[in-house]
Amino acid sequence: MIEHLLTLLLVLPVAGSVFLVTTPTNHPASDENARRTALVTTLFTFALSLLLWFGYDKAEAGFQFVERVDVIPGFFSYHLGVDGISILLILLSTFLMPICILASWTAIKTRVREYMIAFLIMETLMIGVFSALDMFLFYVFFEGGLVPMFLIIGVWGGARRIYASFKFFLYTLTGSLLMLLAMIYMVVTAGTSDIPTLLTYDFDPSVQTWLWLAFFASFAVKMPMWPVHTWLPDAHVEAPTAGSVILAGVLLKMGGYGFIRFSLPMFPDASHDLAILVFIMSIVAVVYTSLVALVQEDMKKLIAYSSVAHMGFVTVGLFTFNQQGLEGSIFQMLSHGVVSGALFLCVGVVYDRLHTRMIERYGGLVNIMPHYALVFMIFTMASVGLPGTSGFVGEFLVLVGAYQSGSWVAFGAALGVILGAGYMLWRLYKNVVFGQLEKDDLKAMLDLSMREWIVFAPLIALVMWMGIYPKPFLEFIEQPVETLITQTERNQTSNEVAR
Amino acid sequence: MIGAVENWQAAGPEIILTLGTLASIVLGVVAVPTNGTFTRVTGFVGALFIAAFVVLIVVPSAPTAAFGGLYVLDPFTTFMKALVLIGSFAALIMMRPFLERKKLHRFEIPLLVLLATLGMCIMVSSGSLLTLYIGLELQSLSLYVLAALDRDSRISTEAGLKYFVLGAVASGMLLFGSSLIYGFAGTTSFSVLAEQLPALLDGRLPGVGLIFGLVFLLAGLAFKVSAVPFHMWTPDVYEGAPTAVTAFFASAPKVASMALFIRIILDALPALSPQWTQIIYAMALLSMVLGAFAAIPQPSIKRLLAYSSIGHVGYALMGLAVGTPEAIAATTFYMAIYMVTTIGAFACVLAMRTDTGDTDQIEALSGLRQARPWLALAFACFMLSLLGFPPFAGFFGKLFVFQAAIEADMILLAVVAALTSAVAAYYYLRIIKIMYFDDLDQPLLGSDDRPSALIMIASAVFASPLFVIVWPALWDGAQAAAKSLG
Repeated sequence: MIEHLLTLLLVLPVAGSVFLVTTPTNHPASDENARRTALVTTLFTFALSLLLWFGYDKAEAGFQFVERVDVIPGFFSYHLGVDGISILLILLSTFLMPICILASWTAIKTRVREYMIAFLIMETLMIGVFSALDMFLFYVFFEGGLVPMFLIIGVWGGARRIYASFKFFLYTLTGSLLMLLAMIYMVVTAGTSDIPTLLTYDFDPSVQTWLWLAFFASFAVKMPMWPVHTWLPDAHVEAPTAGSVILAGVLLKMGGYGFIRFSLPMFPDASHDLAILVFIMSIVAVVYTSLVALVQEDMKKLIAYSSVAHMGFVTVGLFTFNQQGLEGSIFQMLSHGVVSGALFLCVGVVYDRLHTRMIERYGGLVNIMPHYALVFMIFTMASVGLPGTSGFVGEFLVLVGAYQSGSWVAFGAALGVILGAGYMLWRLYKNVVFGQLEKDDLKAMLDLSMREWIVFAPLIALVMWMGIYPKPFLEFIEQPVETLITQTERNQTSNEVAR
Repeated sequence: MIGAVENWQAAGPEIILTLGTLASIVLGVVAVPTNGTFTRVTGFVGALFIAAFVVLIVVPSAPTAAFGGLYVLDPFTTFMKALVLIGSFAALIMMRPFLERKKLHRFEIPLLVLLATLGMCIMVSSGSLLTLYIGLELQSLSLYVLAALDRDSRISTEAGLKYFVLGAVASGMLLFGSSLIYGFAGTTSFSVLAEQLPALLDGRLPGVGLIFGLVFLLAGLAFKVSAVPFHMWTPDVYEGAPTAVTAFFASAPKVASMALFIRIILDALPALSPQWTQIIYAMALLSMVLGAFAAIPQPSIKRLLAYSSIGHVGYALMGLAVGTPEAIAATTFYMAIYMVTTIGAFACVLAMRTDTGDTDQIEALSGLRQARPWLALAFACFMLSLLGFPPFAGFFGKLFVFQAAIEADMILLAVVAALTSAVAAYYYLRIIKIMYFDDLDQPLLGSDDRPSALIMIASAVFASPLFVIVWPALWDGAQAAAKSLG
């Protein structure tokens, strides 16, 4: 296997963007060159990241592909490594990236080069978040992603892009700064910023609560959880299609990944104590945002609210602390990454043609765009959780896990499934695709182009694969989840003895 | 007692600067006043800075108390003087084209910069309340004149006058505080003060006289570093002074004053640490809050940077409030990053010229990305560094001061610092937004100002994520410097 594979993965997109910086801008073909360079770079990165999939030893616990250089001993090190969970999330990022580039092929007409540079840098930062094994390194990657996304929304976004980009940035930054303080506190007490070492460090239970809350401030905003989710609909609506895909597909997963990597294993006592809070917030999110989604008039906003609801599922699963719940959550994160990304692309397809996202402006598209209707149907069903699609596996496992934590949790979460069917099928799909083709400006709409098929084909294949045969994916997360469960339970036994 | 050679060695850079000052005065008087005099004197002063820098680096920085303890040499002074000289040198280079453009190129100006720098070096090295005052006044008087440089401009004259009047009050307070402390302890030497105060106090709480002395002293120092509540002069002087001079004000003098601040409370007054901790804690807190909120509505980039500098002094004072060697290293490190980033930011401001002349209105930057992409990129880099965004240089500065505060259990201070950083993010981002998101309004004129461009590039590289390369070395230097104190 290749040495320094993770470093190579981090460097490759940056190298692509450096190459783009050095190319001249005034050349007539420079836009085309920028698109091609970005596509080749991201495809190559994806191919390289597949080596992680094949080279990972699923039976072995702990981190693999580890690289380490100490910059300031005990304080900051360049420490990388992955377990099964991070590999799947890295693959999700590298998989979505070429799709994003392809999806922006014709939609982005201004400042193409800068757009591609922003996306490539984004890719490096995303891979960095999922592979960093040093807390401050993680923080750098975690925060670093804000600037490219801020620019993507602010420069290439819609009418209220500036409001949305500021809201996105300031919400996330405020949460993250509190997390930074908690990280510094941990380094001061434990004497290291090394994540594997911190995973075995026992923080004082009274301090744990505060640390947990500080991390929660950051991850809950990122996730996003009710009531700090309000930046998401704005950001999604204003972002260009590919920006929404990355936002929903990968950036939201950073919150869930943060819970898995930090909150649960490092502060097990606090996690158990505050699980009830998370359950309540998640169930409110699931029910409330589903209801909000039900009345949306903007397609992207509807999908954005559905994301909040689906992320509610993820948090429920994470805080069940059992195998099914955790595996379900992680699976749901992956599935949501693919499905919601695909749904945003579906909106992008019609938006590129009609330049509106209002549901009422559409209707009867099935008559003129049958291929599109099929593709849209597949992803809608996956979002609703139809058996045979990826959405089902995650939701099912989460519900199984949630029952073990309390039937009321499962009941609350299951409400989301029902409401989800409501807003996705009744509100969105029915009004956009079915019915009579009455509006004149719709009659000239073209069905999916070749490029769009290339964009959707891998997504459809993945959604089906994950839905029908999820075993290869679950195998990756089995061992890390077992480790995680032992970590979350390590202090519980001694505490119960003490009681 | 140490010999003459060691004495001279300890004050090597200052001696070079002093001799150079005398030589430049002669040069200025004797030489026929032509257009070239300004350039020649500027070049000469620049060469002096380089020579002083070389001497500074060459002379071993083993702790020495020269001239009977009046003058101190140790790794801390070396580190701080290196920063001061770099800052002054950069400001001097940027001043030349600016002043020529403004037809303000009189040969006295580089000379005043030189004198101010000499004053700063003396401040950094002072080992007694007397040396402190001499250095501080030499620096301040030169700066007052520099602020009022543009004689025909009302706003510049006003800035100079304001700075002078308020500065004189602050100097008076500082002097009064010094005299009270002298009255209590009977000495002006820092090291003797540090030795005798515990014995004099003898476990009792300090009396009213000594507390007054301390408060007045700290008030005078707070004025010089522009910490709240002694910050009022900063926005007006920053705005009124010619931009290149503001760049100078914002960089080296801040570092020197902070060095003096650190030196006096740690080397002379460790016995009063319960008292000064409270004062500095409050000043840090207030400065951060004011810096974050007051900068938001500013239409002028110079005023914005003034308020931002108040905020940054607040962050730096956090480390000082803690007072451990690690925390002082954090403060020193923070000031180094702050200085370079600020110089870079002002180099960008210097490039803001429209058809109607120089401007400091933030709106003039709109759409800068289209007209001058590299300038916009550099400016964005400085803003992100000032914001403390990872992995830009400013982030690492904040990281260490936050750590210092948390280690000392000053959680409230750390939380306020984190939240004010988030608030301050708004106005830094607004500049990026104006440059990148807004449409081109009136393009800025192209600039052939090569020296400023060079300074800008150098500091942009420093402030950018490439900072990671110099980080360990700079942190080691700051730590070595801080260890030699107290």
